[in-house]
Amino acid sequence: MTNDELIAKLKTIVQPYIQDEAAFETLSEDTDFINDLKINSANLVDVILDVEDEFDIRIENEDMEKMTSVKAAMAIVTEKLAAQ
Amino acid sequence: MKNRVVITGLGVVAPNGVGLDAFSKAIKNGHSGITHHQQLADLNFSCCIGGIPHISEDKKLEYLTPLQLRGFNSSGILYGCIAGIDAWKDAGFSITSDSKLDFDSGTVFGTGTSGVEKFREAIYKLDDGDVKRLGSTVVVQTMASGISAFLGGILGLGNQVTTNSSACTTGTEAILMGYQRIKNGQAKRMLVGSCSDDGPYIWGGFDAMRVMTYKHNESPEQGSRPMSASASGFVPGAGAGALVLESLESALERQATIYAEVLGGHMNSGGQREGGTMTAPNAEAVQRCITDAIANAQISAAAIDTINGHLTATSKDSLEIENWTKALQRKGDDFPYINSLKSMVGHCLAAAGSIEAVATVLQLKEQFVFPNINCEDVHPEISALISEEKIIKTALETELNIAVKASFGFGDVNACVIFKSYN
Repeated sequence: MTNDELIAKLKTIVQPYIQDEAAFETLSEDTDFINDLKINSANLVDVILDVEDEFDIRIENEDMEKMTSVKAAMAIVTEKLAAQ
Repeated sequence: MKNRVVITGLGVVAPNGVGLDAFSKAIKNGHSGITHHQQLADLNFSCCIGGIPHISEDKKLEYLTPLQLRGFNSSGILYGCIAGIDAWKDAGFSITSDSKLDFDSGTVFGTGTSGVEKFREAIYKLDDGDVKRLGSTVVVQTMASGISAFLGGILGLGNQVTTNSSACTTGTEAILMGYQRIKNGQAKRMLVGSCSDDGPYIWGGFDAMRVMTYKHNESPEQGSRPMSASASGFVPGAGAGALVLESLESALERQATIYAEVLGGHMNSGGQREGGTMTAPNAEAVQRCITDAIANAQISAAAIDTINGHLTATSKDSLEIENWTKALQRKGDDFPYINSLKSMVGHCLAAAGSIEAVATVLQLKEQFVFPNINCEDVHPEISALISEEKIIKTALETELNIAVKASFGFGDVNACVIFKSYN
C-alpha cells in the first residue's frame, strides 16, 4: 500500500469524528487528530477501533497512546501490517 | 414570594403518536398504539404485544448528529431527546450547537434504566474478553443520567442537569422536582420529563412477574383495558414526554404561549408498610399524597374537573378508584371525569407519568377529555364507587379548569401534580 492510499483510507475512517471541515479537506501526514481535526478525545478510541477493523490488526495500549496524528497512525499501521 | 410556574412547551413520543399534533389527534380519536411484536413471541414472552413509538431513520437525523448516532443503541435516550428538543422548540427557543450557555435553564429528565440494549451489546463483548473494543459510547448511553446529559449538551443548559428515577412515578416526580426549583427561585426554566426504553430486555422482568396480559396476543388494540371488568394485566409501552416549566414572570417577559399553570403537588411513599409492599401501594399513603397535593396547590377537592389516573389495567385499578373517592371525598355522580391514557399507549413505565401529563395539559389547553378505550365493561367494583358517566368513552369537549395527574410506582412511591388552565 502506498502512503497516499493509506492516507486516503485514514481520511475515510476519521471523517465521522472530525469537527473541523477545513482541516479535514487539507488532511495530510502532518494533520493532528485533536488539534487540527478537533476530534473529541473520547472519540479517539473509536477511531482506533475503526482502524483495527479496516486493516484487520490489533493496536495495543502503548501504540494507542501515540496514535494522535495521521503520521503516527500511518507508522503504527505500517508496522503492524509488516509484522503479519 | 414564591414564583408561579407555568408550562410553555410540550413534546411527546408516544406509541400512538410522535409529536404534539399526531398525539393530540390520536388521543382525541381513541387511537391505540399497541401492536403485536414477533420478537416477543420468538423469545417466549407470555405477553407478545406492546406500544413502541415509530421513529424513522430520517427522523433520528433531525434530532441527533450522524456522530451521535454512531454506535447508538438506546431507544429511551432517542425518545427523550426527540420529546425534549420538541418541547424546547415549542417553547420558542432555537437550538444551535454554539448557543449561549443558559445558567437559568436546567433539566430534570427521568428514566428507569438507560440503554438496556446497549448494555446487552457491551456485556456480550465483555464476556468475550473484548473490553478494549467497547468504544466510547457505552458509558453515556447506559448511565442513568444519559438522557439528561444528552439534552443538557444539545440545549446548552447551565442550571441543574439531572435524572430522577422512581419507577412508574418517575415522570410525574420530574415535573414536581422542576416545579419546586422554579418556585423557589433557583431556576427560571426547567425542561422536565422522562423516557423509557422499549423491547424485551426492559419488559422481560414484568412478563416473568405475570403482571402483563397474555390474553390479547391476537387482539393487541384491545389488550390494554384499564378499569375494565376484563382487564387482565398491563400492556408494556415506551416513549417519552417532556414539558418546559417556566416562571410566570419569564414566560410573560418572553410573551410565550402558556399551556397551563402548575399549581402544586406532592410526592410521598407508603414505606412498604400497612399493606404497601415493593410492588403494591399502601392505600393510606396514596390518599395522603392526593390530599397533600390538593393542600399544596391551595384548591379544594371539589374544584377538580378531571383526573388522569395511574390505572394500569391490573387488579389494582379498583383500589386506585377507591383511594381517589376517599381522598377527594367525592363519589358517584359527584366524582370528576377520570381517564387512563394507558388504554391507548400501554404502560410506558418510567415514561408513563410524563407522557400522561402531556395528555393532561393538552386537555386543559384544548378543553376536552380524551376517551378511555377498551372500557365498555366497567369493573363492577368501580361502577359501585363512581358514576359510569365519569369514565368518558368518546372524546368530550367540555370546560375544564383543574386537572390532576397521579402516578404510583414500585417501591411504594407516589406523586400527584395539579394543573390549572391559564387565561
